[in-house]
Amino acid sequence: MTDFILRRLFQGFLVVFGVTTVVFVITRLAGDPVSLMLPLSASDEQRAAFAAQIGLDQPIWVQFLRFAGDVALLDFGDSLWQRRPAMEVVFERLPNTALLIAAGLGTAVVLSIPLGAIAALRPGGLADRLTTSISLLGLAMPQFWLGLMAIMIFSVTLKWLPTSGIGTPAHLVLPALTLAMTPLARFTMMVRAAMIDEMNTQYVKTARAKGLGLGRILRVHTLRNIMVPFLSISGWELITTLSGYTVVVETVFGWPGLGLTAVQAIQRGDLFLVQAIVFSIALMIVCIGILMDVLSKMIDPRIELN
Amino acid sequence: MNDPLLEIDDLRVDFDTRAGLVQAVRGVSLTLGRGETLGLVGESGSGKSVTAQAVMGLIDVPGRIAGGAVRWNGMPLVGEGVRRRPRRIWGREITMIFQNPMTSLNPLMTVGAQLGEVIHLYLGLRGAAARTRAAELLDAVGISGASRRLDQYPHEFSGGMRQRVMIAMAIASEPRLLIADEPTTALDVTIQAQILELLAGLQEKLGLSIILITHDLGIVAGLCHRVAVMYAGQIVETGTVDDIFARPGHPYTQGLIRSTPRLDAVEDRLVSIDGTPPGLRTPPEGCAFRPRCPAAQAACHAPQRLASHGAGHVACCRAGVDAWDVGAA
Ligand SMILES: Nc1ncnc2c1ncn2[C@@H]1O[C@H](COP(=O)(O)OP(=O)(O)OP(=O)(O)O)[C@@H](O)[C@H]1O
Ligand SMILES: [Mg+2]
Repeated sequence: MTDFILRRLFQGFLVVFGVTTVVFVITRLAGDPVSLMLPLSASDEQRAAFAAQIGLDQPIWVQFLRFAGDVALLDFGDSLWQRRPAMEVVFERLPNTALLIAAGLGTAVVLSIPLGAIAALRPGGLADRLTTSISLLGLAMPQFWLGLMAIMIFSVTLKWLPTSGIGTPAHLVLPALTLAMTPLARFTMMVRAAMIDEMNTQYVKTARAKGLGLGRILRVHTLRNIMVPFLSISGWELITTLSGYTVVVETVFGWPGLGLTAVQAIQRGDLFLVQAIVFSIALMIVCIGILMDVLSKMIDPRIELN
Repeated sequence: MNDPLLEIDDLRVDFDTRAGLVQAVRGVSLTLGRGETLGLVGESGSGKSVTAQAVMGLIDVPGRIAGGAVRWNGMPLVGEGVRRRPRRIWGREITMIFQNPMTSLNPLMTVGAQLGEVIHLYLGLRGAAARTRAAELLDAVGISGASRRLDQYPHEFSGGMRQRVMIAMAIASEPRLLIADEPTTALDVTIQAQILELLAGLQEKLGLSIILITHDLGIVAGLCHRVAVMYAGQIVETGTVDDIFARPGHPYTQGLIRSTPRLDAVEDRLVSIDGTPPGLRTPPEGCAFRPRCPAAQAACHAPQRLASHGAGHVACCRAGVDAWDVGAA
């Protein structure tokens, strides 16, 4: 197990190194960082001074080594927009995103398991058809639209909840629910399908022949057995959420997390901050991947780690 | 004979499939005494497994008990007369093992935990006591190194060993009837023999009754007291093993016996029964075996019923002992 974790960490390191390289190549070679970051009115002297300050006058391989060294120390330079280290901004905003994702995906996980299981108990029954239709509806609605609708109904018309911002639990409700919708629908459909398969397996027949009640069969046998596929799909969902859904939802609700900050940094041409955010998200995705592998291994003894 | 342990009385099981109603079991009646081993034989699709599952209360949608009853010690268990779900019969007094030991155990639970479920439920043991009992059970079914094996997962066991685990689980509650649905079909020949020997030994030691489902008459001859032959959802013949092998009353049984290789009758040529069983969606009015029968007559179009063929021996045909010789002549 330790062996496996070490190996996965090494693989993860390679991925992170790859991401670092890609970020470097894109920002240095695919455009001029100086004209991107300085205002149009900047003089040639100012431009040259800035280029020297960030090391652009050095040969490209020196630039890369420096960049890689800085990345290793989590030093991405100062955010031009915020006038402080970019990583500081990331660490300040990250908890907001984490809170939003925990609330949103947590809701999706907690609701999807019973919903999917109930639907699976009688495939084609009323509960099943209802859950399936609502899930398909949930999958069909884009999040920005869902978010705007939620604001119009619950904030503007009913005045139950704030439209945007952060601070109180009430501020969290709409963004978290909006974020939860798509994963909830996907999880529910997945749990349903996996449970139907699982309930038809021979080992469930054995469990029934042993005289175990439905409750015990669900709790001890089938629900646990669908955790392996469930874990891998929720890992994917977490990654998608982190790298996409949060950008939309945070923007719609003005939620000051990493996603919204990324959008603002791009708008302001704050290259260093963008780099810091992209790198942090890549790092988190790699960690999530490793965590999912380890957890699956802990649940399913048959998974070979080599 | 004393009161039967298990009575199956005109049991009918239908499956409401998309392609139409399948009458998988069409009026099966059987009785089983204490300590008796009954072989249930018949071609694939004849309804052996469905009958067993009905007795175990394992029929669910799209299937349903369409008629008849199963009684356990005279008490209604399935079908007519059942008021509420009987408790602690299935799994405690009647247990079952299945054809495919590779898929019959939960792959994500240790063998000890799966045995422990039964031990806890029926013997009320927990913790160390349950573990000791589980190890004893593995020992009893011939698995060595039992205490180490308890912590292993099914994929660490071979097919034969898994079937032994299934048997250990099935005898944990000290049941009175074990239904074994083709327990050795998925195993290779030497392992088959070991498993059958184990079952025979356990039966003797524990005084179990066994319903052994198989399509191998050789197994029946070695292990069973009585045989019931199923064809197209019905029982066409029952009797003692000796009697049935000596004087098979139904042409289908005769064909089965002729198509079973025997070590002691070298010159007998093996015959196979041509044709296939009828579809169960529109079961024939008369004898279901008629289209394949060498001795079919006009009277076979009428509904048939089991008739005495000697002491404790019934068959639903009057063709006589040598239908196939008549047909060949
Ligand atoms: N779940 C089901 N849905 C629809 N039809 C079924 C179902 N289970 C069994 N049947 C039908 O019932 C009939 C009898 O099946 P059964 O499994 O009892 O045969 P069997 O005698 O055990 O054969 P085998 O030797 O192949 O195990 C078959 O025609 C089968 O198509
Ligand atoms: Mg079968």
